[in-house]
Amino acid sequence: MTYYSDMSEKILSPDAPVLGRTGSWLHRFANPGRFLRLAQPALPWLAAFSIVLTVVGIVWGYAFAPADWEQGDAARIMYVHVPAAWVAMAGYAALAVCSFFSIVWRHPLADLAAEEIGPVGAGFTFVCLVSGALWGKPMWGAYWVWDARLTSVLVLFFLYLGHIALIRAFDNRSHGYRAAAILALVGAVNLPIIVFSVQWWNTLHQGNTISVTGGSKIYITMLYPLLIASLGFYMSFLTLVTARLCAAIMERKTRALLLAAAEREA
Amino acid sequence: MRTSKKRRLYLLLGCGLALSAATGLSLMAFSSTLTYFLGPREVLAKNPAPGMDFRLGGIVQVGTVNTVITNNTPTTHFRVTDGRASIPVTFTGVLPDLFREGQGVVAIGAMSPDGSFAASEVLAKHGSTYMPKDVEQSLKEAGKWDPKFGPPPDASTWNTMNVKASGS
Repeated sequence: MTYYSDMSEKILSPDAPVLGRTGSWLHRFANPGRFLRLAQPALPWLAAFSIVLTVVGIVWGYAFAPADWEQGDAARIMYVHVPAAWVAMAGYAALAVCSFFSIVWRHPLADLAAEEIGPVGAGFTFVCLVSGALWGKPMWGAYWVWDARLTSVLVLFFLYLGHIALIRAFDNRSHGYRAAAILALVGAVNLPIIVFSVQWWNTLHQGNTISVTGGSKIYITMLYPLLIASLGFYMSFLTLVTARLCAAIMERKTRALLLAAAEREA
Repeated sequence: MRTSKKRRLYLLLGCGLALSAATGLSLMAFSSTLTYFLGPREVLAKNPAPGMDFRLGGIVQVGTVNTVITNNTPTTHFRVTDGRASIPVTFTGVLPDLFREGQGVVAIGAMSPDGSFAASEVLAKHGSTYMPKDVEQSLKEAGKWDPKFGPPPDASTWNTMNVKASGS
């Protein structure tokens, strides 16, 4: 079995020196080559599940679930807004975990994953912000207010954008990985602020409807499509990141092979 | 190799701890500015000077809403309450759709010299409850909930309620 060195530039080069490290189970599981072998066959299944769950959740929510007694059909925007918000936060948590692995264990797959999570997470955050604004105008009377929940989610969006820019800003990629990982970890303090903002401070944004421990303040035929759509959004995030990650690894591989061929000819 | 990883791990955990503490303390220090609105009791305690803008939040008190239309513009008088104190509010303009007695609202404006709140904007604060019309109807008919008087009963009493088809 081949183990790769810590230096991410060399990892995929076929001539990279093989370090005789026994490696932890984590290293063995998460080396880019093995990831590719596991992820590529799984990708069509992930995609199929994502599409089915998302379509079932959205169609159920928009066409069959009952309207809210007070908001009417406008409440249906939650079948997009809430899943997008959950995925936006879970995506950032994943980014922070990757950054942690990147800094402590200098793990090359964690660096690549962080690079690919950024744009996908930013996309879901954008959907969350826009759908919220479209709901806010008819319900609250304003597209946007600067309360703690909305502001902290906007900060999350900017953290994603900053990470996307920073990780690609250096000629030496490993410098970008280090800097972006620090940014992602510092930004992780924003996650509990988003979650608890509606409890810690008065906000215009409503409190939590869904509760894991107590009863959820939502009727059951509205809850089911919401949960299915959320599962669909989570799976979509996973599928998109996995697909991007596979592409990134293959791109690296191609580049390394081309470079090696050019060196042989020279 | 092992020790440098351990060093980075402890360094990172230390930094994380320091950063969380710093953030927590700053948030606690700024919590009054992070609050989007003040309730009637806080307003009465602080007694803000007339003309100073702030946001007043609370529930529209039942039986206090009174709209007068002059020159095609509605002017609405109502009281915002937190259950103990209440403050009279005056607003000229079109209210959001969700405005009703018993609804949470946030009014943006300033105190007038006469002790009422002159709002330049009124936002409706939606609760965290989502229920179909017929569930709301049957709760109302059973005398278990009137939206005018506070939040709905405990969710477990209605979120799986079997509603008869006649209710719509």
